[in-house]
Amino acid sequence: MGLFFIKCKEAGHVCDKYQYEEASITEKIKLKIHLMYCSACRKHSASNKKLSQLLNKIKFQFLSSEEKDNIKKSFEKELKKHQQ
Amino acid sequence: MPKHTLNPNNWVDLYSDYLFNYTITRVNDRVIAQDLVSETFLAGLNAMKNFKGEAAERTWLISILKRKIIDYYRKINSNKGKAEVRMTYNDSESEGDWLEERIADPFDKTAEDSIENEELADAIQSCIAKLPKKQAEVFKKKTILNQETETISKELNITASNLWVIVHRARVALASCLEKNWF
Ligand SMILES: [Zn+2]
Repeated sequence: MGLFFIKCKEAGHVCDKYQYEEASITEKIKLKIHLMYCSACRKHSASNKKLSQLLNKIKFQFLSSEEKDNIKKSFEKELKKHQQ
Repeated sequence: MPKHTLNPNNWVDLYSDYLFNYTITRVNDRVIAQDLVSETFLAGLNAMKNFKGEAAERTWLISILKRKIIDYYRKINSNKGKAEVRMTYNDSESEGDWLEERIADPFDKTAEDSIENEELADAIQSCIAKLPKKQAEVFKKKTILNQETETISKELNITASNLWVIVHRARVALASCLEKNWF
């Protein structure tokens, strides 16, 4: 039974994995038990979940690192000319 | 009231993702979107002397970008002989309105929804831009690009547990950054 009790640090980690659907069933049970008696983690868990919901609402498209580097390189060339 | 200032040295780091996201939802082509973002930064650089400090830096850049997107549509439409524009409006003076409409409402969603989502996207982007570089990079790969933990770890040469620590910090920081207006 002691195995089912985890520390806050692990609870936080499982909660993060949960957000990416990467927590196992055992981990989820451990988290649920922890949340029953730990209000700090309950609070963190609620805001973590809310963050996931907000992120899911938005369709993002980011630049890849290479794409950003290309933009940066060409811009910095011009910037240098300007700052001379 | 403090006047706004321009600092082009930070533009690419702070605004390129935001401007890119804004553009790609409107032009739907990664290469063209990147070109438009590049052109916007350049145009901004050349227009710095006209900046009066009334708008925030990012707002000012967005207003330049909007013109670029309109010009882009104008160009394709003139290549197509403006057929599409004429079909919608008889009067050529309305062409500008048509373009503005197309840019303002690129989705089929209700306008209200899309405004709220745009504000949310905006808030999330600014919060991500405030994260330390490495945190932002790991978070984006994991959360937005949905890459596997293993793939990211290999690419960035970090351990899986290291990755989760970084993701955790990023999530805590983002939640607190968004808390005031969105929670
Ligand atoms: Zn706890």
